[in-house]
Amino acid sequence: MDFNLTEERQMLQDTLRRYLADRYTTSVRNAILDSDSGMSADIWAGLAELGVIGALFSEDDGGFGGAGFDIATVFEELGRAGVVEPMLDTAILGGRLIATLGDEAQRGLLEEIIGGAAHLALAHGEPASRYDLTRVETTARADGEEILLNGRKAVVVNAEAAGHLIVSARESGGMFDLDGISLFLVPAGTPGLAQHGYPMLAGGRAAEVTLDNVRLPQSARLGTAGAGLAPLMDAIAAANVALAAECVGAMQSAVELTRGYLMTRKQFGRPIGTFQALQHRFADMLIELEQARSAVINAAGHLDSADRDRQIAAARNLIARVGRLVAEEAIQMHGGIAMTQEYELAHIAKRIVMADHRFGDADYHLERFIALSAA
Amino acid sequence: MDLNYSDEEQAFRAEVRAFLAENLPAEVSDKVRRGISLGKEGHEKWHATLNARGWLAYNWPREFGGAEWNAVQRHIFEEECAAAYAPRIVPFGLSMLAPVLQKFGSKAQQDHYLPRILSGEDWWCQGYSEPGAGSDLASLKTRAVRDGDHYVVNGQKTWTTLGQYANWIFCLVRTDPEAKQQEGISFLLIDMNSPGITVRPIVLLDGTPEVNEVFFDDVRVPVENLVGEENKGWTYAKYLLTHERTNIAGVGFSQAGLDAVKRIARIETANGRPLVENPHFAARLAQVEIDLMAMATTNMRIISQAASGQAPGVESSMLKVKGTIIRQEINDLTRRAVGPYAMPFASEAVEGDNAPIGPEYAGPVAAHYFNNRKLSIFGGSNEIQRGIIAKVKMGG
Repeated sequence: MDFNLTEERQMLQDTLRRYLADRYTTSVRNAILDSDSGMSADIWAGLAELGVIGALFSEDDGGFGGAGFDIATVFEELGRAGVVEPMLDTAILGGRLIATLGDEAQRGLLEEIIGGAAHLALAHGEPASRYDLTRVETTARADGEEILLNGRKAVVVNAEAAGHLIVSARESGGMFDLDGISLFLVPAGTPGLAQHGYPMLAGGRAAEVTLDNVRLPQSARLGTAGAGLAPLMDAIAAANVALAAECVGAMQSAVELTRGYLMTRKQFGRPIGTFQALQHRFADMLIELEQARSAVINAAGHLDSADRDRQIAAARNLIARVGRLVAEEAIQMHGGIAMTQEYELAHIAKRIVMADHRFGDADYHLERFIALSAA
Repeated sequence: MDLNYSDEEQAFRAEVRAFLAENLPAEVSDKVRRGISLGKEGHEKWHATLNARGWLAYNWPREFGGAEWNAVQRHIFEEECAAAYAPRIVPFGLSMLAPVLQKFGSKAQQDHYLPRILSGEDWWCQGYSEPGAGSDLASLKTRAVRDGDHYVVNGQKTWTTLGQYANWIFCLVRTDPEAKQQEGISFLLIDMNSPGITVRPIVLLDGTPEVNEVFFDDVRVPVENLVGEENKGWTYAKYLLTHERTNIAGVGFSQAGLDAVKRIARIETANGRPLVENPHFAARLAQVEIDLMAMATTNMRIISQAASGQAPGVESSMLKVKGTIIRQEINDLTRRAVGPYAMPFASEAVEGDNAPIGPEYAGPVAAHYFNNRKLSIFGGSNEIQRGIIAKVKMGG
């Protein structure tokens, strides 16, 4: 066993941490949150230049990483700094699907993604699907040589910035069938593709996407007809590792901010951190944070193993529980100041808590864990 | 022991319900239900509706134009209002300042200010907390120095809820910096239009401009605006904090919130079944309902004591702690009930012409979850309340 980062990952961590500490200051982030695009093109270009996007892809795909621990390393730092740029959507969800399923032409996009020139979005969830990955009601049907897509996609993160949407649609089978889901690479601006965009509570933007007779050539198909679920689950497994690591980074920040506040804020003539009632709760935050860190290591280390899904369900369940505790306790121990938008912790707490709503909350992952453990 | 309401109490409940059915416009209750701000005018309209019926100042003695309801009547009214999604009564003038004026104010102050609170002519806000004086309120530093017929006030207040609407602020100020902390504080009424006052909004983490900072720079306040005696303000402040606490448990809010999350969970589906049937969700829902049922009775036990003349002491601290935990748990359940549609930022800051994103109930639930973290912080944080409970019960 060795719990140290490799030299390369240590360098990646150091570089990224330094870059974000210098460039992703609270005022920069607040300006990004207020902006129309909800992200910074400069920061994105900077991240690409540092090789952060490349670290999320294997050498075969044009990168220099792509393993579970690469994902965890990058996302922990993004979480620590409260980064809202859509790394999860473009590089993990979109990037991995194209890397895994893309034909020669489609894989051409990878270079643009790694270079920071292209964005992607996964349009899979639907208004009624909640976290259920199999519930796909959007349809794809043949019309001569072409394919027609019809349906609605819900809360498609990064849809507006994406040059292409990866859209899931059912080509055969019933609403919940595992088989019959196909994936398509749909260029932005394709006739029939409509987006209603909006900001999200924890930063970034998403859109409700409507597909009304979107007409695609066969070349838009990503992977094999009807076999989209397995690669989707692979990409979402990696996304779950990323989200879990992001939460741990954000929790680390929440704990550090709380420590600083407890040591400097004085009431009743002394630092509030000298009150034992708060000391014990701060200690619990630290204990739980280490649990969360270990859960990420378990999940990242099993990204390519047969036990992957159970490990990931465990990590996300644990981190959802710990995340709520850490976010709420950090706010409570700060008091009013943590309720203000401009204070760093408010944003960090929102990142932690709102991660619940992507790819499943504590209950969802608990059920997954139970089902997978019984299997 | 009788768990039932008396005939009179039931008749009163029916009267309140009928009044709400007749006088609460659907567009208003709809806004309250969806968590959309009513704005100043919306609150004023509702106050006027209640005032016309004589129910606005329901906690005031009759001699000041109040309804003088007992604690059980107040509780019934508050419960019915929450269930009907009536706007909350803005408390600063009506249930914070007014009791202080009624007990400690001069006749002239009572005659001048109380009618203006009822008529809506004045909107009051509270100037208590300061950046350095939160839980330790008595360490406040805003200074008032006597200069002829005026006090000259310098300093800063913060977390001033809805201060942007207010034309008056009641403030705790330090008039004797040499005295022991609690003994050098006075209670001043200050016109918000006085030269030297600056109000700066604080945007909260859910995007709402609900609270403010208020700065005082050589603000001249006539001495007749002093309430009671100089340097006795801490006594009045404590009276204010402990006076109006029958609704501190927020049972009505929790009940309405629980009904709302059940309604949502019957519509939302997980694995093709209604969410309300999902065993994990159902277990958490049941647990909070069980807690709420017990707390409703705890609340009534304490309230009925108050109705028979015993003032609630440490019990109100208990109700505050448990009540806020339950309300926050319901907020968390509701946030999670709506799934991915909790993510859009649909607070009023971006609403307006925009169509709702996802189901109409989903819009504000995550914002509410974050906004209501304040419940365990303000009005004496839960840590302060626990300290009070322990201190009193251990005879410290």
